[in-house]
Amino acid sequence: MVNVVHKPNPHDSGPLHVTGAATYTDDIAAPAGALHLAFGISHVARGRIVSMDLSAVRAAEGVALVLGPEELGDIPDVSPSPMPEPLLSTGEVLFHGQPLFIVAAESHLLARKAARLAKVEIEESPALLTIEDALAADSLLEQPLMWGQGDPDGALEKGAHRLQGSIQIGGQEHFYLEGHAAMAVPGDGDEVTIHSSTQHPSEIQHKVAHALHVPFAEVAVQVRRMGGGFGGKESQGNALAISCALVAKRTGRAAKMRYDRDDDMVITGKRHEARIDYDVSFDAAGRIAGLAFDQYIRCGWSADLSLPVADRAMLHADNAYHLPDVRIRSTRLLTHTASNTAFRGFGGPQGMVGIERVMEHIAARLGSDPLSVRQANFYAPGKAGQTTPYGMEVEDNIAPDLVAELVRRSDYQARRAEIEAANAQSPILKRGIAVTPVKFGISFTLTQLNQAGALVHVYTDGSIRVNHGGTEMGQGLFTKVAAVAADVFGQTLDRVKITATDTSKVPNTSATAASSGSDLNGMAVKAACETIRDRLAALAAKELGRSDVRFENGRVIAGDRDMSWEDLIALAYATRISLSATGYYATPKIAWDRVAGKGRPFFYFAYGAAVTEVVIDTLTGENRILRTDILHDCGKSLNPALDIGQIEGGYVQGAGWLTTEELVWRGDGALWTHAPSTYKIPACADRPKVFNVDLWQGENREETIHRSKAVGEPPLMLGISALAALQHAVREAGSDVMLDAPATAERVLNAVETAKGRGW
Amino acid sequence: MISFLLNGDVVRIADVDPTVTLLDWLREERRLTGTKEGCNEGDCGACTVTVTTLDEAGLVHQALNACILFLPQLAGKAVRTVEGIASPTGALHPVQQAMVDNHGSQCGFCTPGFVMSMYTAHRTGRQDHDDVLAGNLCRCTGYAPIIRAAEAAAQEPAPEWELDEAKALHALADEGDMSARECYLPASSDSLAAIYAAHPDATLVGGATEVGLWVNKMFKTVTPMIFLHRVKDLQTIERVEGGLRIGAGVTLNRLRGAVADRHPDFAELLRRFGSVQVRNAATIGGNIAEGSPIGDSTPAMIALGARITLRHGEVRREIALEDLFTGYKTQDRARGEFVESVFLPDQPDTLRCYKLSKRFDQDISAVCGCFAVTVEGGLVTAARLAFGGMAAMPMRAARAEAVLIGRPLDEAAIAEAQDALTEDFTPLDDMRASAAYRMQAARNMLERYRLEHAGDVDTRLVGRGAA
Repeated sequence: MVNVVHKPNPHDSGPLHVTGAATYTDDIAAPAGALHLAFGISHVARGRIVSMDLSAVRAAEGVALVLGPEELGDIPDVSPSPMPEPLLSTGEVLFHGQPLFIVAAESHLLARKAARLAKVEIEESPALLTIEDALAADSLLEQPLMWGQGDPDGALEKGAHRLQGSIQIGGQEHFYLEGHAAMAVPGDGDEVTIHSSTQHPSEIQHKVAHALHVPFAEVAVQVRRMGGGFGGKESQGNALAISCALVAKRTGRAAKMRYDRDDDMVITGKRHEARIDYDVSFDAAGRIAGLAFDQYIRCGWSADLSLPVADRAMLHADNAYHLPDVRIRSTRLLTHTASNTAFRGFGGPQGMVGIERVMEHIAARLGSDPLSVRQANFYAPGKAGQTTPYGMEVEDNIAPDLVAELVRRSDYQARRAEIEAANAQSPILKRGIAVTPVKFGISFTLTQLNQAGALVHVYTDGSIRVNHGGTEMGQGLFTKVAAVAADVFGQTLDRVKITATDTSKVPNTSATAASSGSDLNGMAVKAACETIRDRLAALAAKELGRSDVRFENGRVIAGDRDMSWEDLIALAYATRISLSATGYYATPKIAWDRVAGKGRPFFYFAYGAAVTEVVIDTLTGENRILRTDILHDCGKSLNPALDIGQIEGGYVQGAGWLTTEELVWRGDGALWTHAPSTYKIPACADRPKVFNVDLWQGENREETIHRSKAVGEPPLMLGISALAALQHAVREAGSDVMLDAPATAERVLNAVETAKGRGW
Repeated sequence: MISFLLNGDVVRIADVDPTVTLLDWLREERRLTGTKEGCNEGDCGACTVTVTTLDEAGLVHQALNACILFLPQLAGKAVRTVEGIASPTGALHPVQQAMVDNHGSQCGFCTPGFVMSMYTAHRTGRQDHDDVLAGNLCRCTGYAPIIRAAEAAAQEPAPEWELDEAKALHALADEGDMSARECYLPASSDSLAAIYAAHPDATLVGGATEVGLWVNKMFKTVTPMIFLHRVKDLQTIERVEGGLRIGAGVTLNRLRGAVADRHPDFAELLRRFGSVQVRNAATIGGNIAEGSPIGDSTPAMIALGARITLRHGEVRREIALEDLFTGYKTQDRARGEFVESVFLPDQPDTLRCYKLSKRFDQDISAVCGCFAVTVEGGLVTAARLAFGGMAAMPMRAARAEAVLIGRPLDEAAIAEAQDALTEDFTPLDDMRASAAYRMQAARNMLERYRLEHAGDVDTRLVGRGAA
């Protein structure tokens, strides 16, 4: 039996990646005469445009076309949400980096150079940059939302202990290695083909069609692969694709746009900064009685995806802990900064950092191991009727068992004792260790997005071509889905051709987001393949004279008779049986009322846990991750190699968010860390020195694709254990300061020095 | 006219714009799109290529960032890109195969750069993978599978199709006349001195790790340009009486090797200076003359009492390195005058270098403290405490030094010296660190020096003495 699912098949593009032959949007050969675009951007965070003199831009070398608001007339909307976001400022400037005009020139460099030549006069007004600024000005995206259960106020009075605290949580730049890029190629009549580095081809299609005032059917969007997405390419590609389409329409020439890295970092949104205040009561074991969270989410200048992001922060305020009496209030703040957007975890990480901080704070107050506080608060295994703060019963609670197993495998208890003993003898270097769990809800919280389509063709030589609505950004979705298809037909992987995502093949797709790619598209492809297989099986039954037809090892078998796949396909064509089918999938069981905060927003939960050991230098606050042990739940893994890759990568990305990745804005609202020279994602030597990653052996209790679980986002939150380990090290250095995030060397030293009365 | 080898084939370019980068030329002119643009400033490594030079000792293979490498810098060299390392029939190079086998690529965009860094290391036998790959950023994998791939590839021999470029490079003419494009490629320091004196507004380009940013990010006019890479007599490291004389054109990687025995801390500081790709290009003269307030090489050399030779035409003068800097990016250096060499005096190794940055590798220091303190008979007889990041220029802490002279290097003396730092410096306050943090960390660096002088306490997370 050729078994292609549950196997560590390598990424289908691996050989192309390593030879430089994999094609990304900017690598596609542009048609002759193609124009290259750049935005002229605002260097003021808030104000009104008094005048904009673009004559020098127009006169610059190589410039073919300059489009300001006047030339555009009606300004296209680039927003993924109902709240409009104009492509270009219409007079009001709302963030430093906001596009003001479009330059189309003969080369990328000439366009960038020309874009700097504008003379723009902006009457500045005071910008709201921080959460505190926005709160003081009551600058809200919408009225605060409040969810919860039980009697939090009553319970807060009951616990033996009570404390209040607050944590600042920094944002995060996606830093996909491939910056945003798009190309529009004009076609027949109103037709236009868009190549875009996007996680959401259908939205690009819709936005471009709106901008051009043509039906969706005139616009085809293709995406072969992205050089990383992480949520940053869910909505932020709209502006580039629309601009290219507008220029292509006006000039009849192909138009291409890619952001220089600095522009990419300045213009596009990031992970939402947050401040989470908490008020908690608890008993001597650290078991929480009542808890009230106030989540403040910095959205930036527009809605973008901020509402569902902030919702998901609320939905993960419990993480793996049963909070019978809890209130979660969420305040979504508009500021004069780039519009924050989707980023792996989509608000979940912020919510989870909030409750993990509460666990740390309780443990610090009680002088106990935070693990014991965490264990005292887990949803109890096997106990019915335990609901999340949003009223969903936790049916498949494996967190306590998974954490116990990881604690055993990582030798956590003995190592913690050894670390504390060694620290007593080490005045400068102090180590710390911590374990944190992850419980992450899988499904789009906007229920209608939980659907997918697929298109599968079998050609007369027996080769199979698969298309679906998901996009490939490195996560290995295409490899997983190809295995699903090959499995249905009993074929090897090399018979399945994976093709670029294309809105003209599979329509009305959802973004490849919410970790849902393989869950949704795997099922849709499976359905399409099964439709074809069932037709073929009926034919084979007739041909072989038996009805128990199996597709195995490239053969079609019925009892003791068999025939080759190729012969069956030839026969199917000859007897005029369709060898093409669509497939469709809609996630069952989910129902969600976001206003009430009640229902079942998630089909299931994915779990994981990590133990991180760190060492800090108490003279500078610098730190290293010495060892990380992870046990993660992918259900019955569709592809263990790809899943482990997601886990390792997600952990390092999450640890980076909480340690070295610090976004800093100048007082005038300009992003100060606008390039990799100043914004520091983890480098090679920052990965844990010892890195043990294992998969939890189990299977999804829900009927997902081959009983697997989604893996894209959940591992990012394993990185929270690095923050918790730093907290332990800081405690070991004699400080009771609770760390904000990111816990940069500066924050760690400040915590240590504060204990000596020398903080700043 | 310049000539070089591209993946084994001779390329001649008649009328080259000296500000065109290798990356843009590969992607736009040659349609070799395997080499990627990730940041366009030498910080991500996605554009890494291998550049091979033939020198007296034979072939030298170096990983370099194509985004901050100008075409004239390639004259007479061999360039290999990710498209050029598999066999003619398509068999993958061992580093490519190892990356596939170990799941080392996810989105694949950084992969060509990693492959070329690994390829360069494979050819040179380097196995310090963390350092080899410090200049290649990956956002997907968390690096673990890439390191597994690097370790696996290191076990494999060079493939039989790997070419020795020596013969082809020998045959390649090293043309150096591009003066028509306001681009000079002198081959001796005498020639350089004459050209620079005649064109004092010219931009001197050593490794282009800084000038590349002026072109790519700031759109500065940098012509006329004088490229220094062919000036062999600026690339010598000489043992002279009383010390080492280091030509201004010596790269940071070569300098690291030259000082490793005498001042291991300086070598470790240089290991963390940029990335392999940056250190292969950047020159010591460039780092000095660029005059950053942080510098990283300059605090160490000031602590070592380095002197530099400046040259203008035929006139040379020697000054203490610390006297070159007069303010924020201002120097005691006349128009048309350039740094010719650095002299590092022989001395017992008391140097300790403390580089503090947000990330350990490939990050500019928030504070760089480099100290050389001589203790004789239990008392401090000489102290050179040099800092980067604490003022508008690299600078000695004069008051703190004065506190230490004549006293034992003990807690009381250090405490007083720490307080003196607040009079010596008003640190920068920026995106890397607050002024308050810089000051506290600088104070603590003095304490670290005392602890390390006393012995027996573990004080380091990385480098010498780290666990």
